[in-house]
Amino acid sequence: MMTGYTDNEIISFVLNGNQGAYAQLVDRYQNYVFTLVLRLVKSREDAEELAQDAFVKAFKYLKDFRGDSKFSTWLYTIVNNTCITFLRKKRLEVQSLDNEQVFSRADNLDSGMRSDAVEHKSKQAMVNEAIKMLSPDDAMVITLFYKAEQSLEETAAVLGIEVNAAKVRLHRARARLKEKMISFYPEEIKELN
Amino acid sequence: MNHNNTMDSSSEGNSGMEQRLWDYIDGLSQTDEKELIGKLLKEDMAWKSKYEELIKVQDWLQQADTEQPSLRFTKNVMEEIARTQINPAAHHYINNRIIWGIGFFFIAMMVGILIYGFGQMISSPGEASSVSKSIGKLDFSKFFNNNLVNALMMINVVIGLFLLDNYLTNKRKQFRKEA
Repeated sequence: MMTGYTDNEIISFVLNGNQGAYAQLVDRYQNYVFTLVLRLVKSREDAEELAQDAFVKAFKYLKDFRGDSKFSTWLYTIVNNTCITFLRKKRLEVQSLDNEQVFSRADNLDSGMRSDAVEHKSKQAMVNEAIKMLSPDDAMVITLFYKAEQSLEETAAVLGIEVNAAKVRLHRARARLKEKMISFYPEEIKELN
Repeated sequence: MNHNNTMDSSSEGNSGMEQRLWDYIDGLSQTDEKELIGKLLKEDMAWKSKYEELIKVQDWLQQADTEQPSLRFTKNVMEEIARTQINPAAHHYINNRIIWGIGFFFIAMMVGILIYGFGQMISSPGEASSVSKSIGKLDFSKFFNNNLVNALMMINVVIGLFLLDNYLTNKRKQFRKEA
């Protein structure tokens, strides 16, 4: 087991021929990568395939990782680019769910959640559902900043935008998330007022 | 920063207040701004209640869960990797000198054309000149004659056909793979 090693140490093992060490990096980041992909691509099957692709690409180009950023930032940049290429190729209709139909969509989600049963959900599940209702851009910036442990500068680097633009996007995403929470979980939000 | 203005929370736009508070919460505020907001939070109820609201949103966001892929995920990646080789680093096969050389060539060409053009525009002594007359004197036919333009167009057509062939071949492969 290689649990105690840093990302950079594991990378040097891999580059020195210990290919199996890469499994440690996959284990470490698979949830974050999968979550990021799911924010952009709504199907779990596609998301799983894309997340795998991203890890394989990262492995293939590991020698290009110079270590001047965190490995996770570099990996998420690959994830973002892989998803954008996929979406362009497939011309998938990426819907922001930013309209009136959101309730009927929420009712049909795989989780089996019904809008009238929302109040029984845990706060954690509620937030996850609200994030899913955001546009992919908003969901991505929130996930990178809060879940994938990326600073604002790193978030900007992953998304290929200026730090100020990332900051504005994050503010906007949080405001929209709050709106969603207030619209769809009013009972739970009462505690805020 | 004008402290008198910023202290007046009633004139502060709600979104401006929210943005400044988020910066404060995210640790992005400058020291003086941090002190000012700290003071506002102690003295101004509107700021305090907004701050508490945003802290709740912050708590929600931190509670959001990550999604889990299938149990075979790592195994699948490692199986794929077993068939893959690590590529050499890009800086080993991209020679910066060649890139600089290409850049230099194009810059030299542009500078050359400009010098040649300006050389033609300069009128002979004693001759009254205007910009429009001078531009009218420009003649690049020595370089850009019909033969050269035709040759460049032919090269473009060949490259275009080559790219189209590549595109169609890839499409056919993709179609077969999906079938």
